[in-house]
Amino acid sequence: MKALEPWVAAPLETFLAESAARLALIMTSSGQVVAQHGFGRSLDVMTAAALGAGIVASTEELARLMGAARFEALVHNGQRQSCLLAGFTTPRGRWIGLVVFGPETSVGLVRLFFDQMVGQLAVAAPREPATAPPLAEHFETELNASLKALFGR
Amino acid sequence: MTATQTALDRVTRVPGVRGALVVAAADGLVVADQLMDGVDGQAAAALAGSLVGRLARTAESAGLRPPAFIQLRGASGSVLAAPGPDDLVLVAVVGPEANLGLARLEMIGAAGRLA
Repeated sequence: MKALEPWVAAPLETFLAESAARLALIMTSSGQVVAQHGFGRSLDVMTAAALGAGIVASTEELARLMGAARFEALVHNGQRQSCLLAGFTTPRGRWIGLVVFGPETSVGLVRLFFDQMVGQLAVAAPREPATAPPLAEHFETELNASLKALFGR
Repeated sequence: MTATQTALDRVTRVPGVRGALVVAAADGLVVADQLMDGVDGQAAAALAGSLVGRLARTAESAGLRPPAFIQLRGASGSVLAAPGPDDLVLVAVVGPEANLGLARLEMIGAAGRLA
């Protein structure tokens, strides 16, 4: 498990231990990776983050069109593994969690411990305001630095 | 009234029962519930579904039949579970004063009629 924000590590570790999830990715709503577990290649993380953020943006717009406040979570059930994608609010803004899990656990357990992690993140978040989001011209540099920190290369 | 509602009514009428749920065991999600305030249905469904699934696999590994009734006793009450057809499980959260014998009879009877 690797986290760019140190205070995210403990709640995510607890979630992983309790839920038995295989892969986890915590990102901002714009797709910037905050923490990851289980991904072996930076390309996979970049792809998953971009797709996850895009799906959440699409479903939130769909919810708005339907007059709903927001969809809480999206679950894809698969034969061998399933995927939970959920947006949540933190003191650092709107974040997204992407979790891949297998038949050794259940969507109910993953949802339960995911919700607990969201509560723990809200408590653990530093009170000082977050640094400003990177400007567009610095985005690639920031992205490369984040991936280097997450994968150590 | 549906079979699910009938099952929940039978179980929640037993003295000391704080709530009952029908749970999809594989998913650990609530299908229907009748709960008192303060009983976390999502947590009970997820954990009871997982428990029933694991105990059934454990029994199978030991060459036994899957359990027909499960009681998980704690300091301030118990969680009871009775697997039914179609991967459904009838779960009850009961206080320490509950009539467990009656709850067991009602749950086994009601769980068999779920679907």
